[in-house]
Amino acid sequence: MLPPDDHTPDQAATPPGPSRRSFLKQTGGLLGVALAPPIASQAEALADKLAPASPIVSGPTNVSLNINGQARNLRLEPRTTLLDALRENLDLTGTKKGCDHGQCGACTVHVDGRRVNACLTLAVMSQGKQITTIEGLAKGEELHPMQEAFLKHDGFQCGYCTPGQIMSGVSCVKEGHATTDDQTREWMSGNICRCGAYPNILAAVREVAGQQVKG
Amino acid sequence: MNNFAYTQAASTKEAATAAQADKQAAFISGGTSLIDLMKSNIEQHTLLIDLNKLSLLGIENSAAGLRIGALERMSDVGEHPQVVQNYPVVSQALLASASPQLRNMASMGGNLLQRTRCGYFRDTAFPCNKRVPGSGCPAQTGDNRTLAILGGSPSCIATHASDLAVSLVALEAKLTIESPKGQPRTVPLADFYKLPGSTPHIENHLAPGEVITAITIPAAAHARRSHYLKVRDRASYAYALVSAAVGLDVQGGTIRSARVALGGVGTVPWRVPAVEQALVGKSATEDTFRAAAALAVRDASPREHNKFKLELAQRTIVRALLEVAA
Repeated sequence: MLPPDDHTPDQAATPPGPSRRSFLKQTGGLLGVALAPPIASQAEALADKLAPASPIVSGPTNVSLNINGQARNLRLEPRTTLLDALRENLDLTGTKKGCDHGQCGACTVHVDGRRVNACLTLAVMSQGKQITTIEGLAKGEELHPMQEAFLKHDGFQCGYCTPGQIMSGVSCVKEGHATTDDQTREWMSGNICRCGAYPNILAAVREVAGQQVKG
Repeated sequence: MNNFAYTQAASTKEAATAAQADKQAAFISGGTSLIDLMKSNIEQHTLLIDLNKLSLLGIENSAAGLRIGALERMSDVGEHPQVVQNYPVVSQALLASASPQLRNMASMGGNLLQRTRCGYFRDTAFPCNKRVPGSGCPAQTGDNRTLAILGGSPSCIATHASDLAVSLVALEAKLTIESPKGQPRTVPLADFYKLPGSTPHIENHLAPGEVITAITIPAAAHARRSHYLKVRDRASYAYALVSAAVGLDVQGGTIRSARVALGGVGTVPWRVPAVEQALVGKSATEDTFRAAAALAVRDASPREHNKFKLELAQRTIVRALLEVAA
C-alpha cells in the first residue's frame, strides 16, 4: 500500500530528533546495535523507536532465496527485483525480461505455487518462499507436460515469451482456468506474444488441461 | 530505480512510526503499482516499509456484510465463494482487473491506492500537476481520449484506474484505517477519495503513517443481484474506457433499490445517485434504464477526444442493468 506522496500541511509534522533509520545508519546497522549497544541515555531516548524494532536494511545485504528447491545466498540491494536476482546474480536466464513493468508476463515465475511477475517482485521480499523458475520445471531429462505440449504444438516463434507462457500455462491448468478455449484465453492474457503464436499456445495449454482431467 | 532502504513492520504501530520518521517512505504490500512507479521515476522513496507480516488477512461473511482484510490478494477475494455469491459485482470487478499474475500479487488495500494511468502522469518528460504540483496539465488540450469527463478541473482530468473501487463505491463500502494516534477510524470509500481541484497530487484522506486495515461491505439485496461491466479497447488485460457497477433489488417487477457507479469516466470512482433515484419505484425495463442512464452524464465536461464516453457511459449502464434484471 502506498500513502499519498504529499502531506497536507497540518499532517506534515516530523518527529523531532534522529530517526530510527538515521540512528541505525550511524551505528552501522542492526548488527552494530546488537554487538555494541549504545550508551544508556541514547538507548532510553530511542527506546520508543527501537522497540520492538524490525531492522532497516540498506545497501548490499544478505538475502537467502529458495529457488527450484535449492537455498541460494546472495548479497543484494533491497531494490533488486527477483527477476534481476535470477538473471544477473544466479545465471538463471530462462526467466526473461520483457517490459520490466508487469505488462508482458515474460518474467512469470511461481512463488509458493502461484504465478507472479518477477519484475515487480523484490528479491528481499521473496525470502522464506518457494520459488520455481522455468529451469525447475523439468524432472532431470523428463520435460514437464507443458513443455512437451509447447514443443508438440509449436507454441512459439522467436521463443522469448515462451518461458513465461509455460510457467503461466502450468498455473492456468492447476488453477482450473483452462476448461474452455475462451476461459484459457482470458486467464492467459497476462502473457503477451509479440510473434502471435497464440493459437498454438492455446492448443498446448488446452491439451495439458485435458490430460489433467483424464488423470 | 533509485536505491532505498527496506524494513518489515511487525505491527501497524511500527509501520506508522517508521513512516513518520521518513517523509519519503512508502508502504509496500504487493508492490505491483509501487515498483512500477519507482522504476519509471514517477515516485522516489527512500524507505519501503513492508506490511506483509501484519495480521490483515481474512474474508469474513456475516448477516451484516463482508469484511475483507486489506492484505488479502485480489485473486483470493475475486474467487472467494461468498464474494462470488453475495457480492458478484466485486468479484467481477476484481477478475476483470490486471492479469492473473498481478492479481496474485496485488493487495486489496493497495489496489484502492493505485495511481492514474494518464499518459502525461506516467511520462516524466511532460509536465503534470499530479506528479509535479504547479507544472501544468497537458491533458486538457492534448491526448485525452482515455481521461475523465466527470470530476475534472483545469488542473487535472486524470481518470481513477481501480475497477475494485467502482464496485465498492456502488455498494457503499467502508474502509477501516488505523491511525498512529488514537483509535481506528472508519471512512466510507466514497468520502476517502478527493477530487483533484487545484491539488491533484493529494488523492485521498490517508494521513502519513495511517494504514488501511480492512474493507467492509454492507449486505443488501442489490449487492447479491449486481454486475460489473467493463468496456475496454481490447477484450482483456486493459484499463476501462467506461465501466459500470450496478446492483438492483427487484420485487414483482418493480425496482426497490438500485446502485450505480461508473469507472473510466471520473477522476474518482463515480457513483450516480440521480440514476439510482430515477430507477427506484419504476418497472425494471429497458426504457426505464435508458431514461435513468441519461442522467449519469448531465454534468459531464468532455474534452476533445473523449466525447464518445458520454454515449458509451449510458449504454454501459443500460447493458449492465439489463444483465442483472434478466
